[in-house]
Amino acid sequence: MKSKTNLFETIVHGIFLVLGLITVGCVLLITIYLIISGIPAIREIGLLDFLFGDTWASTAAQPQYGILPFILTSIYGTAGAILLGVPVGFLTAMYLAKMAPKRAKSVMEQAVSLLAGIPSVVYGLVGMMVLVPGIRSLFHIPDGAGLLAAIVVLAVMILPSIIKMSITALEAVPKEYEDASLALGATPEETYFRVSAPAAKSGIAAAVVLGVGRAIGEAMAVMMVAGNAANMPDSLFQSVRFLTTAVASEMSYSSGLQRQALFSIALVLFLFIMLINAALNFFLKGEKKP
Amino acid sequence: MNRPVITVNGLNLWYGQTQALKNISLDIPEKSITALIGPSGCGKSTFLKTLNRMNDLVPGVRITGSVCYEGQDIFETNVNQLRKEVGMVFQKPNPFPMSIYNNIAYGPRTHGITNRQELDEIVEKALRGAAIWDEVKDRLKKNALGLSGGPQQRLCIARALAVQPKVLLMDEPTSALDPIATSRIEDLVMELKSQYTIVIVTHNMQQAVRISDQTAFFLLGDLVEYAETEKLFSQPGDKRTEEYITGRFG
Repeated sequence: MKSKTNLFETIVHGIFLVLGLITVGCVLLITIYLIISGIPAIREIGLLDFLFGDTWASTAAQPQYGILPFILTSIYGTAGAILLGVPVGFLTAMYLAKMAPKRAKSVMEQAVSLLAGIPSVVYGLVGMMVLVPGIRSLFHIPDGAGLLAAIVVLAVMILPSIIKMSITALEAVPKEYEDASLALGATPEETYFRVSAPAAKSGIAAAVVLGVGRAIGEAMAVMMVAGNAANMPDSLFQSVRFLTTAVASEMSYSSGLQRQALFSIALVLFLFIMLINAALNFFLKGEKKP
Repeated sequence: MNRPVITVNGLNLWYGQTQALKNISLDIPEKSITALIGPSGCGKSTFLKTLNRMNDLVPGVRITGSVCYEGQDIFETNVNQLRKEVGMVFQKPNPFPMSIYNNIAYGPRTHGITNRQELDEIVEKALRGAAIWDEVKDRLKKNALGLSGGPQQRLCIARALAVQPKVLLMDEPTSALDPIATSRIEDLVMELKSQYTIVIVTHNMQQAVRISDQTAFFLLGDLVEYAETEKLFSQPGDKRTEEYITGRFG
């Protein structure tokens, strides 16, 4: 009887283990594949020339494979999105977590969830049809597609993750802290900003890092509004190409060293994401400690 | 009895449909310790939280009757000013998750004091007032959550003192502490009585006997008896009081 139960449990245990290993296996497969296919081009081009070369001309007679424009564009674009998205997201979360009346809260939270569910191609489409012409006429420039348009689209796209994680962090702040502040004669608003927000800071930091991760990995929406020329991002209106869009836009017709170089770009992007994940884990761990 | 600082008249309080306080009238004399006792759910904590309007935060609360602080109706005055004058110490020590210094400086900063030197003085005075200065003076920059329960509660008392209140409300301030920490808090409370009016809710009747000047006994939302502590515990005027203090229920 007993050994029968044990056998059953062993089998169930085994099934779960295999299922779990599938995920781990996928991550490993992708990592190994990226490294194997990303290394050759870097070898051939030279690591420094590849990372810090400021010209990408993959189809020229004398091809050049410098991805600094893409790296900088990804960094600037993400930083811009964070600069715009974090204040809006944080204040929205503060309102929803602490101040909003119940009805407003439930309606707005559903809107935030919907925003998270909109496919990125739709963001791109709206950006293309509304934002790009808007920027063009607002700033009187020949083409509105560029870094600024990408930043705005990314800022909106990262809002849901920032808002949702910040709400969770703010709502987890023990009520005792807030009571103590109110009992000292602080107003509710002072209490939220000077006690609740600092108490939730590691969760909010994690929300920001999550936003960075989303922004840097986004390809489709950005491709539709950023202009896609392999320029250095030296102005907000410059037509630019991100790390993601650099891979996506040339993959279909690339060959030889050019194709290998695209894999190398993907590898660089992958390393960025790994770094961001490490940062995220760091902040989430910090939250568990008092 | 000293002159009354807080006068309560015909106070009724409902949480939704449930009446938690029934027609309470009592005076709280200045610079003395008033203990509120009674079994769980008798309304003593609710009553305490009415005095600095912390009950305002509870949804569905309804209050009638009058509570006057220094002759002024507390429901008409600015609530933040009231809470500055009528401080509170909670059941569970609840220091903010920030440094010891910032915990104490939080209140004064809230009320507009930004001068560093002035803040330093207030912090030291408050910590001395709560008899915790010697323990923490070398680690003012350390996180307050690193302290153990007793010191945390004294820190919370210091935090309350830092805004220079006249009245201190204490909601079972020792129920989460061990006996030694409890006796230190009790000593502190008795010291504070020379400068502050103290209202303390306690589950522990011995504590009420040890430290308070007058005691109010609550039962099911009624104020059954309010008298000098010695009298209430030696010759209770009401049968229910007698049954409670002799341990027949509660």
